Amino acid sequence: MAAESPAPAQPAGPSGGPNHGIRIFIPWLILSVVADVLIWAVWGPHLPPGDMSTSASNQQFAIKVMAVMAAPVMLFVLVYFAYALTVWRHREGDDEDGPPIHGNTRVSATWITLSSVIVLALFVFGTVELVTAQGSGSGQGASPVFDTGVSSHPLQVQVIAQQWKFTYRYPQYGGFETTHLVLPVGEWVEFHVTSIDVIHSFWAYQLGVKADANPGVDNVAYTKINNAGTITVRCAELCGLWHGAMFDYGQAVSVSAFDAWARGTETQLASVTKILPPYALTYDPTVVAQMSKAMVAAGLTGGAGLYYPPNDPAQP
Amino acid sequence: MAIETQPEQTHGAGGAQPAGPRRRPWWMRPAIHTAIIGAVIGYLLGHLLGNFLESNNVATEYPNLALSDSSDWPIVLGYGFAIVGWMIGLGVFSDLFRQMIGRPVPVEAHSETEDVNVGVAKYFRFTLDHKVVGIQYLVGMVIYFCTAGLFAMAIRAELLSPTYHLFSSSAYVEIVGEHGTMMMMLMTSVILGPFGNYLVPLMIGSKRVAFPRIEALSFWLTPMAFLILLSGLMLGGFPFGWTGYAPLSIESTVGADSYAMAFGLMGISIILAGFNIIVTVICYRAPGMRWSRIPIFVWSMVATSFLMVLAAPVLVGGMYMMITDRTAQTAFFIDTLGGSSYLYQNLFWFFGHPEVYILALPGFGIVLEILPVFCRKPLFGYKVAAAGMIGVTLLSFFVWQHHLFDSGINPDMRPVFMLTTELISIPTGFIFLVAVGTVWKAKIRFTVPMLFALAFFFNFLIGGISGVFLSDVPADTTEHGSFFVMAHFHYTIMGGLIFAFMAGCYYWLPKMMGIRLNQTLGKWHFWTMFIFFNSTFLPLFAVGMAGQPRRVFEYARNLETLNDWVSISAFCLGGSILIFVINFVWSTVIARVPEVGNPWRSRGLEWQVSSPPPPGNFAHVPVVLSGPYEYGTPGAPPVADLNPPTGVVSAAYAGADTARAEA
Repeated sequence: MAAESPAPAQPAGPSGGPNHGIRIFIPWLILSVVADVLIWAVWGPHLPPGDMSTSASNQQFAIKVMAVMAAPVMLFVLVYFAYALTVWRHREGDDEDGPPIHGNTRVSATWITLSSVIVLALFVFGTVELVTAQGSGSGQGASPVFDTGVSSHPLQVQVIAQQWKFTYRYPQYGGFETTHLVLPVGEWVEFHVTSIDVIHSFWAYQLGVKADANPGVDNVAYTKINNAGTITVRCAELCGLWHGAMFDYGQAVSVSAFDAWARGTETQLASVTKILPPYALTYDPTVVAQMSKAMVAAGLTGGAGLYYPPNDPAQP
Repeated sequence: MAIETQPEQTHGAGGAQPAGPRRRPWWMRPAIHTAIIGAVIGYLLGHLLGNFLESNNVATEYPNLALSDSSDWPIVLGYGFAIVGWMIGLGVFSDLFRQMIGRPVPVEAHSETEDVNVGVAKYFRFTLDHKVVGIQYLVGMVIYFCTAGLFAMAIRAELLSPTYHLFSSSAYVEIVGEHGTMMMMLMTSVILGPFGNYLVPLMIGSKRVAFPRIEALSFWLTPMAFLILLSGLMLGGFPFGWTGYAPLSIESTVGADSYAMAFGLMGISIILAGFNIIVTVICYRAPGMRWSRIPIFVWSMVATSFLMVLAAPVLVGGMYMMITDRTAQTAFFIDTLGGSSYLYQNLFWFFGHPEVYILALPGFGIVLEILPVFCRKPLFGYKVAAAGMIGVTLLSFFVWQHHLFDSGINPDMRPVFMLTTELISIPTGFIFLVAVGTVWKAKIRFTVPMLFALAFFFNFLIGGISGVFLSDVPADTTEHGSFFVMAHFHYTIMGGLIFAFMAGCYYWLPKMMGIRLNQTLGKWHFWTMFIFFNSTFLPLFAVGMAGQPRRVFEYARNLETLNDWVSISAFCLGGSILIFVINFVWSTVIARVPEVGNPWRSRGLEWQVSSPPPPGNFAHVPVVLSGPYEYGTPGAPPVADLNPPTGVVSAAYAGADTARAEA
């Protein structure tokens, strides 16, 4: 790389004078190369959301690539304006107007072509990253089109959101429900996110998984965990009073530890699981027979027609 | 292109000419105080009617409705009647009523020479002069902006600590909702209201706007929307932010009615405002003011107005459906009863995404209008700038589902919306191209409006680039719903729109009020605002990426330092806005340094008349001779002939009519 030579910011000569294009281009090129190398090699591996899962590292890669593409664009505008504001400022006593340049077809065409190429490249990149990475951890609704394709039986975890708590249900382990999210390392996980009241959003930050929890909707998201560790789960959609405090922590553990935990919990909770409604992709609490009867008897099916009558719990 | 230069109200109803205006004492004439009385009476009537409906008829006939929320009927009808009472009290319908009963329409309300319209009183009336409406909007918008800004500082005060400590959870969520909704609904008009209404007729050489009543009404609905929204606090507020996602908004208590009524009312206001601007620009241009000569600010106003007229009806419809869901127990948005919560999300964002361009485009217009003046150069690529605005306008209707990337809505469509969202950065890039070309070899003068305009490009660059990150579905999975999004749109809206608004204030207030704002205070305002704005919102990108969702009051302890930094910067930013308010009040009320000429040596047509412009704007309809940006062009004719020889204008119109007849 050429020796660093910051933009010679001396006042431009009054006439003919310096080649402004070169003076802007060289510092821009140097800064861009430096910035891109720094982003790729130094900053990149630490960019959020980390690399704890396939979807997280996929997102980290996407953010890294876009940062590498964005840095030269930003630097061009910044370097250009820094140069322009330094060199082309109004001098005292100079009351003439600037040169009457109304436009330049070549400059405009180059600009438009370049920006279009960048944008289309980003689009192709984003689509590939979305399709090949199983939806990249985002919720895909009831019929996911970007599925794993590799494993026919991933671990299914139903995420049931309600005001203001997440409950997790493991249908492959007898359908027990728990408030602890425990996941195995190295296996595909298929989240089925749903809600029993209002819209929430299940955001497992370290896993790079985000899926809105809509009442009556099964929202599927995939991921595969690479390393064991703690997972922060937060609600990412304003859901009422205690949205700000709707979070919990999960664990990613080895497959054997997970299996032991799941079987143990299944046995421990068997008596509770028995009275739960049978596993379904969406969670409608009114299917609980006795509860449904009680709600109908109390006239509580009006309004929102949901688990809670609309004014209970009272929300401001 | 028919230009009506005569006031339309000279012909009374039934052919009767008024026998001179009836004089009434000031407190009998319709103005803001009668409007308030009307609103209060209206509210009481509506509330009583609602109580009656709910407790008697409806409850017995339709038990289903009796199970609805605590008492939505009285609140909704109260607000509805209050709006009507406000308009009646204001005298919106007075002339209509008079004509219906065959009474003459008094000229006093509309005559510019009549003494009722001299002095401050006209700003508190339903005045039909677009210059008065512009000032009304300006003061109103500053008040709304500062009120919503105080809510923002309350939010930042709560976020000083990672645990919840200052407000109760309900108070916090109310504050979040009030801040977001007030900013997003009222700031839609922050530039089109004051500067669009005031300057567009002056810039296109018209003596008036097309629909003065509609224009005045569009302003007078905003205080009502503001008050209704604020009154939500007395009803317990609403817990769903500015987006109002169902079913939370359907289940919420009566505070939600204030949200729906205020937002819907503001939707109507911006439809009216946009409609007036579109017709004014199309039909009221002076001879010679071709589409290739209208100032770029007017282009941005036309583009914004089309967005308003086409997008806001969807909002009004959505709010109407929310209200009926809450009162009449329709189930548009309830899954289990056949509706869909996705329907609300689609409706809301079908308005909501064009809305953010309603907020961005006027900023583009102002900065591109200001840039050539202080570069002393023509605008580079005028057609590119106009094409960029039109491109943004068109594309903005096809991007709304990028707000729903994680919502589980049809995943097939994600690449499409990713493409359209990324495409919109091409026409946005045109604006930067124009700026880059305009400052090339320019003679830049660092006046206060120019500083704000340049800061616009810095801020919008960051806002725009971060938007590209959000358009990418994989990256958006982490960024969606986090503080990253929040920082992004504050960079585009506050860093873009509000900086452009400030640029417009410093640039055009000498024109609008004939008074120069203090430039030293202006520079203090600029530098503090620029530094503290960036110091507030730049760290929030990192905060969001580190996993802090929006609208929370509890966050990870390791983010406390950053959040404290942001909070303190936000308070300083509030102090900077205070400098502006002090400067505004000091300069316009106390110091009143007159500025009657053309302080910026601008070629804009609005600067060719005295400041503030005389009644009727122009003594004669001007004939426009050249474009507004011909700085440094040798032999460029003056922008317009303000005193054209007799017959030129009428000949031009006659020619236009003949051409139309032949076509």
